[in-house]
Order: sequence, then C-alpha cells, then structure tokens
Amino acid sequence: MEIAITLQVNGVDHELTLDTRTTLLDALREHLGITGPKKGCDHGQCGACTILLDGRRVYSCLALAVAHQGSRITTIEGLARDGHLHPLQQAFIEHDALQCGYCTPGQICSAVGMLREAEDGWPSVVSIDLNETHPALSDDEIRERMNGNLCRCGAYANIVPAIAEVAQKEGQR
Amino acid sequence: MKPLTHAIGAPLDRIEGREKVTGSALYAYEHQLKNVAYAFPVQSTIARGRVISIDTSRAQTIPGVLAVLSAANAPRLGPVDDADLAVLQSTEIAYYGQFVAAVIAESLEIARYAAECLVISYEEWPHDVDLQTDRKDLYKPARVNGDYETDTESGDVEAALASAPFSIDCVYTTPAEHNNPLETHATIAAWHDNEVTMYDATQGAGWTQDIIVKAFKLPHEHVHIIAPHVGGAFGCKAFAHPHTILAVMAAQVTRRPVKLALTRQMMFAVAGYRTPTIQHIRMGAAKDGRLTAIAHDVITQTARIQEFAEQAAVQTRTMYAAPNRRTTHRLARLDVPVPAWMRAPGEAPGMFALESAMDEMALACGLDPIEFRIRNEPEIDPETGLPYSSRNLVACLREGARRFGWDRRNPRPRAHLEGRWLVGSGVAASTYPVFQTPDPTHARVHVDHEGNYTVRIDAADIGTGARTALTQIAADAFEVPVECVCVEIGNTNLPPATGAGGSRGTASWGTAIVDAANKLHACLADEHNGLIPPAGIEVTGELGENPEAQRFSMHSFGAQFAEVRVNADTGEVRVPYLLGVFAAGRIINPKTARSQFLGGMTMGLSMALDEESYMDQRFGDYVNHDFASYHIASDPDIGTIDIAWIDEHDPHVNPLGVKGIGEIGIVGTAAAIANAVYHATGIRVRDLPITLDKLLG
Repeated sequence: MEIAITLQVNGVDHELTLDTRTTLLDALREHLGITGPKKGCDHGQCGACTILLDGRRVYSCLALAVAHQGSRITTIEGLARDGHLHPLQQAFIEHDALQCGYCTPGQICSAVGMLREAEDGWPSVVSIDLNETHPALSDDEIRERMNGNLCRCGAYANIVPAIAEVAQKEGQR
Repeated sequence: MKPLTHAIGAPLDRIEGREKVTGSALYAYEHQLKNVAYAFPVQSTIARGRVISIDTSRAQTIPGVLAVLSAANAPRLGPVDDADLAVLQSTEIAYYGQFVAAVIAESLEIARYAAECLVISYEEWPHDVDLQTDRKDLYKPARVNGDYETDTESGDVEAALASAPFSIDCVYTTPAEHNNPLETHATIAAWHDNEVTMYDATQGAGWTQDIIVKAFKLPHEHVHIIAPHVGGAFGCKAFAHPHTILAVMAAQVTRRPVKLALTRQMMFAVAGYRTPTIQHIRMGAAKDGRLTAIAHDVITQTARIQEFAEQAAVQTRTMYAAPNRRTTHRLARLDVPVPAWMRAPGEAPGMFALESAMDEMALACGLDPIEFRIRNEPEIDPETGLPYSSRNLVACLREGARRFGWDRRNPRPRAHLEGRWLVGSGVAASTYPVFQTPDPTHARVHVDHEGNYTVRIDAADIGTGARTALTQIAADAFEVPVECVCVEIGNTNLPPATGAGGSRGTASWGTAIVDAANKLHACLADEHNGLIPPAGIEVTGELGENPEAQRFSMHSFGAQFAEVRVNADTGEVRVPYLLGVFAAGRIINPKTARSQFLGGMTMGLSMALDEESYMDQRFGDYVNHDFASYHIASDPDIGTIDIAWIDEHDPHVNPLGVKGIGEIGIVGTAAAIANAVYHATGIRVRDLPITLDKLLG
C-alpha cells in the first residue's frame, strides 16, 4: 500500500509517495537521496542511522516514515550552517574520531542529541545523582551515553575526547 | 631549487574527513542511479542437501516483482576459482545460509516481502559441522594462507621436550569470529551494452574486477568497479562474495541497474569469517630459561565447498629462538560457511596462543615474562636463517615496560584487591609480516604547468587513511606542499594496483608513487631543462620486485600491555588501560597511524572479551547473527589506550621504509589481556573469549 506524505528534512519539505512499510531511514536514503544516515544493521543495534527527530536522537531504521509527517527531521547533512561545520563535526576531524566514516554521521547526530539530553538534566545509568539538573559529562558519562553507537574501526578512544572537547566549551564538563 | 617538504611525519587531518563528517562521502549503496531495481537474496535453511523445487507463484503475483532468480533460470557463469562464487549454478547446498534464490523488484520492501513468499522444498542430507581434535579425517592442506608451507620441523622436538627441566603442554582455543564492518556488503551493478559498472564495497576494486571478468567472461576493459569510500572491511571485503555475482546477474536479467545490500544477519553466512582454532603448544626450556623446543600444532575448519587454511602457527616460526621446533596445520573439512580473511588472519588467533604460552612458560621458568622473551630473542630468523631487515621487539618491550611502570608490578598472581576488584597486568608481543604484493601496481602522475600534481592509482581507503598517507608520500616525492597534490583512488579506470590487504597497501602504492616521482624528475631534467612545459607531463611509476625480500626476514613487532580489573563476585572483566608500543618501520602520518593501532587494539580487546559466533550443531548455522547477540566492543568497554612507536629505519623493506600497520594492532591484545586476567585472578583462561563463567566457580 502506498501513501502520499510530506517529510520535513533539514528545513525543507519533501512530498513523497511511499510504501507504508518504508522506514524513515529508507525514505531518506532511497527516496530523497539523503544518504548521510547509514544502514548498518536495520535493527536498532548499531546506531549508524541516528538522526534527530524534533531535536531528539532516534534510530531512523526503527521508525516508519509514514508516522513522522510533521516532524522536524535533522540529518548529518543539516548540521553545518552556511558552510561552517558544527563544532562536533570539527572536533571529530581534529581528533581523528573516525576511520571508515560509516558510523560517523550517526555518532555525531547522537552526540548532538546526547549533549542536549544532558543539558535538559537527563541522567544516565552511571550518573551518581539522578536529580542533578545539569549533569557534568565526565568521560564515563560520555561513554555510557554514546553506548548506542557502535564503531567497528575502534575509534572510541578518539570519539570520547572529541565530544568531551565540545562539552567542555559548552560548559557541560 | 624547490624547498624540500616534510609532509611525511606530519599529523595531517584525514583528507576526506570533511566529507565523512558531513555525510557527503558516498559509499557503495549510495551512488545515485536512475531506474534502479532492488535485489533481495534468499538463503538455504539447511546445511547440506539440494533444492527440490521453488514455488514462485505467490511471489510472481506481487505487483512490482521483476524477476525471481534461482538455479533453474540463473545465467550460466564462466569458471570461477572460488566455488562459493558459482552462485545459483547448481541446486546443491553446501552450507546453511547459502544463496538459493533472489527476488528483484521495484523496491526493497517488495523484494524482501516477495523473498519471504517463496516456498522452497529441500532434500536434506546429513551435515557435519563439528570441529574436534580427534576427527579421523583431519587433513594437511597443500599450503596455508599467505602461501606458506603447511608444516615445518627442525631438530628433535620430542627428545628436547622429554629432557627439558621446564616445560608446558597446553591447548588454546579461539572461536569463530565475524568481521562485521559497520557498512554491510553492498553493490550496485549496471549493464550498458556489453559493459558492467559496479559501485562496490571492496578492499580492492581490481580484485573484484578480476572475479567479474572471469565469472561473466568479459574483457577487463568492460568491467568498471568504483569504490571511493568503503565503510570498513577488516578482510571480508577483500574478495568478492556471492552477493557481488548475484547483483551483476540480477542486473543482467532485469536490464536495470540493481542494488543489493546484505542484511547484517546474512553476513554471518555469506561474507567470510575467522575460523575457530584449536592450538596445541608445547615448550621446553633449559634451567637458564632459554627455550630448547617449541611445537605449535593448529587445527582449524574449512568449508566443504572451498578451502581456506588459516596460518595460525606461522608466526611461531619467527618469534623466538629454540634449536628444536615444529609447526603444523591441519584442517577439518565441514559443511560450514567459507572461512576467509579477518584482520591479521593467522597472527591474531596464533599469537593469542603463543603469547599466552610464553606467559605460562615464563612462570614455569620462574622468570619475568619480559625478561623471558628477551632471553629468547633470536639473532637471525630461526627457521629461514635470514637476518632480520629490522627487528625491534626488545626495544618495544623495554619502552613499554618503562611507560607502563612494569618494575612496580608484584609478580605474584591474585595479590592485588581494590574493593571487590582484582587488579592485574599482563604483557604480550605483537608481530606481522611485511608482505610484498604479487599484484601489478602502477601510479600515473600528471603535473600541469602550474605545478599541480594528480596521482592516479587504483588504491583503496577502507578507513585506513591511505588517501591521506599517499598524498603525503606524493608531496615529499614531488617536493611540493600537500596542497599541490590530488590523489585519485578506488576506481578500476585508474592504473591497476593491489588492494588493501595484508597491511601492504601504503608500502606498495607509495613505492609506485616514489618510482613515478623519480621518473618525473628524470624526465624534467633530461628533456625539459627542469621546467614543466605548458602541456604538463605525465609519467607512470610502478612497484618493482624487491630483491631484498629474498635476503632478509621482514616483520613488524610490538609489545602490548594491559591492566585489567576482574570483579571478584561477578567475574566481570574491565580493561581500564592498554598500552601498545610498535616497531613498524616509518610512520607516514602519526595521527591516522595512531588511529590504526588504536583500532586494532580495540578490536583485540573485543576479541579477548566479547566476540564468539556460536555454531548450532543441529542446523549448521551461526545462530548469534546480529549485534544484539554477537557482541563487539562498545564505547564503555574502552578505557585509556596509549600508543607509541619506536623510530625505526628499515632501508630494505622498500624505498619508503614503510612496513604496514593495519593489522599488527590486533595481534597480541587478547594474550596481553588473558595474561593480565591470570595475574589478577590466578585463573588461566585458554579459551576465548574470556567471559564471566570462565572466571567463576
């Protein structure tokens, strides 16, 4: 069954006719040519497809496209502004927090969402004080909160310092 | 005279970093073609037997289905060297998960649904997937992977062991492990007239081209493979797998460009993996702690359909001195998926066993494990008798000990408890050979009158940083800043070159670039008075034979140190600190090189603690086929990892002095961790991965 919907991606409205079974990930990649979000498992286990949905990080492989009309969808392509990289994108380059680069868009979108969650006072499983309104992002907090994004090249030891640097600049450490 | 530049040794940011962090780097499946169709493979649900029939009637009625391929109607292929690539050429089934059909449809959703609608009936034959040491049918392969001799023997091992004052006799086992790059295998195939163009996730576009040329009986110039970015590989994208053939077939039959990506689950059957290993090590030593005998006997599995012989004992031929020595490899031919390359095939499992055994032997001799290794350092390669082109294992051990603070270590096991955590430390050596590629490797260089250099070579960057390293090599070779150099790779329309594998890419491609530079300088001086003519100049360099490879034994070495904490109540193992010190020739880019070592050691930690593919004997299937059940290291598993290297100048390996660093990082990590776990707990785990159950009770 097909259905006509409108998806708002990186501030642009796209009108689409989609099979109702189409995931948000496949809608972006196969129908809109927005291939920043990656397919690594299609099962919500690797995090390569992470995007921001109304500002919150989600696995787009576990979301059906037809369920997200009217949502603000931000992909890795929507993070740079006027040719200026997002601070996390810049930090990933400088810390060499990537190798093959396939998990990278998901890592960065996830980190954007993660920093906002911490700013909003969300605790993690390693948080000592669950009532802390602005949890400080120690290395262990970053590791735990980024746990949903796998990197097979093994860049974790560079990803954590890259995110920590941005968190530091934004007063979250 | 131009100023001499020094790009080599500079910590340049990855050239394609901006593309990768903005999402604009295109991987295989992401190239935009018009009018594409989607293929979805169907896998066998038995391990051995044959397909009797495939009822496609329901699938064929689904709107949008373009074709159903099976052995009944698949195009006939030319002869292929790898029997696993004879896709849909027979109804016979050689392993669980082998492709028996495929649906091609207008969309991925339709193809996948229709694939589930096929009704397949099988004639099932008994299967055998049981890797055991007491099998009567273990056999000796003609050669082992890497084109090494299967067995070696010198002296009298048995007599030396019988008379040795100190000896050990231990069996170490490692499980099947799957490469699992984050990008699943993917291909887009498009025919135009008699030519085929493929966007493929491959470590070597030329290697894929060779296979497609043979299978589809096409001239080389009619097969174009394009692979600018590859989302990780670790060996499993070195050679084409069945899906590559299937995509080309599907495009041929439907006369449409066809996209085919394996699911993560499929990759556990049809994309290669590291064989499980059973390794028997015996060592004898004299009273002074010098080894008198080493025997390393390896049993691994191979597939009924295609042989692969993991060379897990080969490094034991070169690591330590001993007058009496033996290595053997035996295979069990089973009804299993085809094992293949996974990061450091041979060395990764082999050094887990050897370096665990060295730790046990040091204890047996009452020696510190570093001192024990130093005492058994060979002056020349013990089996070939050749001198080493460079060998700095001892320097790595000493530098590592200094950085790690090894002298503060209490050698007594299970002596350090912090709260409920047992703390321990361990060391292991790393090694990897310097391979000389047999593949023709050419680099074509064009310089325009403004001094812009374009280097064209069908090299591959699978996340290694090759594109960046080659740019640095070229900049120095041409004596210009890196901004004046553009390196084009990952396309068979470029001059042919070896692929990325065996840690030999940078050395091979870089040597061809240096040769091109030498020719260019000569051409400029001889024919153009040192001035670039208005039309520019183009020359081609090549990787020649290295006669030094016959005169020297060439290897990289390293030393890895691990600090572990083992929970006394739960058996949970944490690794707060890893240190790797390497002697791997000249380092082109310290930033990307560090990442290579880090990545290897991270995968080594994952091998030590997490990774294991479970074979279900009843079905002949690797059952834990996704990231929820096949665990790889994730962010919280990794603590601090320090990387260092010895400044090593080796003029023999190649003009650049490059040895290769893609694999050595994973070699030895698991042993260092296992040795540290022993030190922490007094429990010796000889069976990877080191899971909680092995430390409790």
